[in-house]
Amino acid sequence: MTAILTDPDSRGATPLEKIDRTGGRPVWEEQPSAIGQGIKGLSLVVVCLSILAPLWVVVVTSLSDSRTITEAGGLVLWPKTITFRSYTELLSGGIVTRAALVSIVVTLVGTAFSMAVSILCAYGLSRTGSFAHRPILMTLMLTMFFGAGLIPTYLLVTGIGLQDSYWSMILPSAISVFNILVLRSFFMGVAPELIDSARIDGAGEWRILFRIIMPLSRAVIAVVSLFYAVGYWSQWFNASIYINDSEKYPLQMILRQIVLKQEVPPGAMGQAVSSGAISSLSVQMAVMVLALVPVAVLSPFVQKHFHKGMLIGAVKG
Amino acid sequence: MRTRVRVAAGLPRHPGTDGTARQEHAAPAAAPTPKPPAPGITRRQRFRRDRTLLLMTVPAVVLLLIFNYVPLLGNVVAFQEYDVYGAGITGSPFVGFENFQRLFEDYRFWEVIGNTLSITFTQLILFFPIPIALALLLNSVFNDRVRAWVQGIVYLPHFFSWVLVITVFQQMFGGAGLIAQHLRQHGVDGFDLMTNPGLFKFLVTWQAVWKDAGWGVIVFLAALSAVNPDLYEAAAVDGANRWRRMWHITLPALRPVIALLLVLRVGDSLNAGFEQILLQRDAVGPGASEILDTYVWWTGIKTGDFGYAAAAGIFKGVFSVLLVLLANRAAHLLGEQGVYSKK
Repeated sequence: MTAILTDPDSRGATPLEKIDRTGGRPVWEEQPSAIGQGIKGLSLVVVCLSILAPLWVVVVTSLSDSRTITEAGGLVLWPKTITFRSYTELLSGGIVTRAALVSIVVTLVGTAFSMAVSILCAYGLSRTGSFAHRPILMTLMLTMFFGAGLIPTYLLVTGIGLQDSYWSMILPSAISVFNILVLRSFFMGVAPELIDSARIDGAGEWRILFRIIMPLSRAVIAVVSLFYAVGYWSQWFNASIYINDSEKYPLQMILRQIVLKQEVPPGAMGQAVSSGAISSLSVQMAVMVLALVPVAVLSPFVQKHFHKGMLIGAVKG
Repeated sequence: MRTRVRVAAGLPRHPGTDGTARQEHAAPAAAPTPKPPAPGITRRQRFRRDRTLLLMTVPAVVLLLIFNYVPLLGNVVAFQEYDVYGAGITGSPFVGFENFQRLFEDYRFWEVIGNTLSITFTQLILFFPIPIALALLLNSVFNDRVRAWVQGIVYLPHFFSWVLVITVFQQMFGGAGLIAQHLRQHGVDGFDLMTNPGLFKFLVTWQAVWKDAGWGVIVFLAALSAVNPDLYEAAAVDGANRWRRMWHITLPALRPVIALLLVLRVGDSLNAGFEQILLQRDAVGPGASEILDTYVWWTGIKTGDFGYAAAAGIFKGVFSVLLVLLANRAAHLLGEQGVYSKK
């Protein structure tokens, strides 16, 4: 993925098409020993468990009532009773509901905005030899080498009055040059005959983009949208420096407050926690699950396209 | 209609869709060579022909100019006695290199650099080999379903936010976490990995491995899938066992990728993971956790010494570029490609 800066000429074989390995073990390969197989299987299981086990504990604890949690002495490994009390408390209005809504809106608006800008730019740069094609491309790629730095960016964003505006969570990181280059190299791979024939039929650039290029690039558009959406959903730092009004906090800010700073959220939920009706631990876990679920649900759908998207970004530049 | 007339009249032809460009697309691996402008087309005609394309790039270019290039100029605050309340950039007095002088005389700054590098090199040594090992392991799994499942699982944490990753670690290894809770039941008190300054760099590395080692596999898997399987077969026929095949075929195939990623990582030395470390700065204390980025954040945004912080930021930017160039040169000396080629 970072290989984007390499000269594509000198990289040898193109890994664009995956070599077919579906046939199972090739005949010439010696049968593995039982011990070898065992070690291999065991390490795969350990790797997967080290990722899944903590998530399991988080989900199970968020679904447990306070008695189970007290009996377990804290985190719950196996559910005895299942209750959605923490979730109904969190989502019945109040600060967490508000933060979740802010995050959802910022993610949706931000992703749509980023995708629109990126797709247009990628298509605009997809013909080598078009007017000012090189200088514009250089303008984009230079930003991959030189970051402006935190302080000037902060002074600019606050200077143009974005402090405490939802746009401060969108505009400063709205486009990723890497994503534009991935889209561009995919667009460049669309057969030129299609574009030619459309043009002969009288289609202009806009129509070619919307009717031919975009429908043919669904896979890469899905991957890049996921990258942008995850970026918006996960961002914490921009909110932490630009947003002072706690009404406008996104979910990640609240997650940090509740879990890392152990602050009890104010309002009705705080009362339920301090009276012992619900466990503060299960509330913490429930906020974590809220932050986790959209990502965990979406990414597997796009997973099969990852390799393609990343490789194209790597091979063509 | 207009377009049709233009094509028929043989007037400005669209770039990338004529004969020469078609050859280029037939071989997708080939570099998109810049096509010399078609003969007989003036700049003005090319502009008229491509103005829609140009218009499409405008939003992105404007955003980059505002949020990347304008702040680049804003770095002049490093040469100013920046006045937070009144004057701003235009009105603050210039003080030459005074901020830099203060920076270089500040022992804390050098401590922070040392700290940053120590975290980076811990990560380089302990993190870097893991995706390679994982890729080799995955590559040796012949069952496609198992492969897809394992890949799906190891990619997943890459998409988690740092806040989420750190809260997960907090719940597992913190003072009230799962491990501490079980140790307490067996009479061992006071286990808390999350606030231990001595172990902080290992904790940070571990978090990075948990989050991103799986994702790092993609690049290596791609390189592995490009290896011609006939090589393995021929080697096997010649009597090379699986370890010799790995040593003589697989690892050489990965060499360019490993070199490239090493160059990039070394060039990235002064980035040790800003958001990740900033989130844990309070718990561990700035002594062990301050890196260059958090130092800029603290001195600038938190204490308001913008000139000083911007100077530290410039130091970081300049040194990062130098490090990339140096690392790339080292890669060339070792006969590898690096980030850019020598030509």
